[in-house]
Amino acid sequence: MTVIRLAMQSLRNRWLTALLTVLAIAVSVMLLLGVEKIRNGARASFANTISGTDLVVGARSGGLQLLLYSVFRIGNATNEVTWRSYKDIASRPEVAWTIPIALGDSHRGYRVLGTTNAYFKHYRFRDKQLLTLQAGRGGFHGLLDTVIGADVARTLGYKIGDKIIVSHGLGEIGEKHDVLPFEITGILAKTGTPVDRTVHVSLEAIEAMHVDWHKGYKMPGQTTPLAKILRMKFRPDEVTAAFIGLKSRLQAFKFQRFVNDYSKEPLTAVLPGVALHQLWSLVGTAERALLLISVMVVITAILGMITMILATLNERRREIAILRSVGAGPRTVVGLLVAETSILTLAGVVLGVFSLYGLLIVARPAIDRAYGIYLEIGAPTQRELLALAAIILGGCLAGFVPAWRAYRLSLADGMMVRT
Amino acid sequence: MACDMKQRTVLGDATIVPSEQGVAAVKHEPLPGATTALAEPSDEPVVELRDVQFAWPGRDGFSMEIEEFVLKRGERLLLLGPSGGGKSTLLSLLAGIVIAQAGSIKALGSDIGKLGNADRDRFRAEHFGIIFQMFNLLPYGAIIDNVLLPLSFAPKRRQRTVERGGPRAEAGRLLGALGLEESLFTRAAAELSVGQQQRVAAARALIGAPEILIADEPTSALDRQHQERFLDLLFAQLADAGSSLIMVSHDESLAARFDRVCPLHETVKSQRSESQSSSSSEALS
Repeated sequence: MTVIRLAMQSLRNRWLTALLTVLAIAVSVMLLLGVEKIRNGARASFANTISGTDLVVGARSGGLQLLLYSVFRIGNATNEVTWRSYKDIASRPEVAWTIPIALGDSHRGYRVLGTTNAYFKHYRFRDKQLLTLQAGRGGFHGLLDTVIGADVARTLGYKIGDKIIVSHGLGEIGEKHDVLPFEITGILAKTGTPVDRTVHVSLEAIEAMHVDWHKGYKMPGQTTPLAKILRMKFRPDEVTAAFIGLKSRLQAFKFQRFVNDYSKEPLTAVLPGVALHQLWSLVGTAERALLLISVMVVITAILGMITMILATLNERRREIAILRSVGAGPRTVVGLLVAETSILTLAGVVLGVFSLYGLLIVARPAIDRAYGIYLEIGAPTQRELLALAAIILGGCLAGFVPAWRAYRLSLADGMMVRT
Repeated sequence: MACDMKQRTVLGDATIVPSEQGVAAVKHEPLPGATTALAEPSDEPVVELRDVQFAWPGRDGFSMEIEEFVLKRGERLLLLGPSGGGKSTLLSLLAGIVIAQAGSIKALGSDIGKLGNADRDRFRAEHFGIIFQMFNLLPYGAIIDNVLLPLSFAPKRRQRTVERGGPRAEAGRLLGALGLEESLFTRAAAELSVGQQQRVAAARALIGAPEILIADEPTSALDRQHQERFLDLLFAQLADAGSSLIMVSHDESLAARFDRVCPLHETVKSQRSESQSSSSSEALS
């Protein structure tokens, strides 16, 4: 007991170096765990964005590209799917439901997505959850009805009844479809997916916006007045992509082949899970590099701790000689030093874990806003616990380096107490 | 430096101790009366060195030889000699911190060289109290913890303190007897003066009444007045504990207070092999 109390007093006596060592380990643990959390968070965010959709169909392109622009609103479609083809596919007997989407316009940096009421009925995210409303009503009942995502509403301060103008193209500088004043009729609840950053209008409205447009350009000098547009009947010509739910998931591969071999138009169908897997193998290398760097940082912190203890070992030769003189065996001397590195490492790991969780709680909204990554704050995963255990074990083992040296020194010193 | 008459006779005295006596492998437990018996040295040896040879491994060729060295029960022995004469090495040998390459070192009937490492550490903890010249204490440790420290390694000594009212009480009693106020007990050792620290070291060496006290120049950091007082207090507690004392010093003026004075160079023949031929017998005069 006395020995342990004295060891703690020794540590307290060197509190500044001990504290810095603990901080170094804590920071390295935060980095390692943080990288792991963000990695998992990013994966989960992507994986949670679409759920229950068996196939995504779009114009012929890479499967990953199709998934990125249709589901994640990253990048742009190279081509559209004709309405006729869409209807043809949607009417196949294997198909349970379809959601057509049309992209290409934006509102103040947020993408505008044209769709049908099927979107609110069938689109599912994280564990097959349907979209829910926080205000107003879902679906499109008039041509100008607009349903916006939670982030759009919060960031731009919109409420039900506000009027908005949609721009052509994606930047803020796109030409305005200013004839049509869209009215916000619904605000969706937060989903933690790109839906939060999307403005939803009806497919007919997309057509209506482009009344005076031809092949992506506004016809000069031609402006159809709103009253006339509202009386017009619209039928979509084309869609950007479609989400498809099949009656049986078992038919997914067969139906995918059918779409890919569709003879009337070059189309691509992807299974979201497969395309996501492609994405992970793509970013896996970067992830591994990041992980490797964090492991290196942890090793650096442990090396720093060994250095700190070795540096103080010379002045502690006296301490060790005293302990030896009162009958402490080499085992006690080694034990004390190993206990010291173990305690420092443990303290570092605990501090690191708690700081990381604190940081996550504080930074989560910002990360969500900036990157659309919604970080789950849960208990450490088994993998993370294993990593932490490995760090603690590494710290204990690291103690044997100064301990071995201290023991050698104590043999060489005998009873001589160094000043 | 020549040996005076007293030392000669005393040294003669030591040689007549029959060498077989230490071989009787009786493990000496402290006699029940030992704590009260006053310091009248008996002929029974508590420490006995014969034909010991030692060289530091891997050092610059310092080696030493001790033909014979005996400490009797209850004896207060002063080893007189300058530093560099191998006194620290001798004390390391006695306490079993280093091991002789040849010869036998017996303490309380046990051959220290034949004990295993762990047993030797335990033996030192149980039977030796050690006071260094200075820097005796763990500077950040509380006074009371510094005193209690040996008991962590010495169950028998702890048991003896329990019989006398518990480790803390006994530590407090010793500190008090050595002139340290109770308000200091929980202070860090580094806050004390050198003289106070030496007295704490004495309390640590004495706690649990080990049979043999080894003191390496314990008073050299003190002025004359404090030296006297330190030795008074030390000897009083020594008698109380019934322990024997080997003290090393270069200060001849302390000689009068000891039962026996022995010049280091007559006990220890040391040499450094840097320039092998010229200084091979520097310690012999």
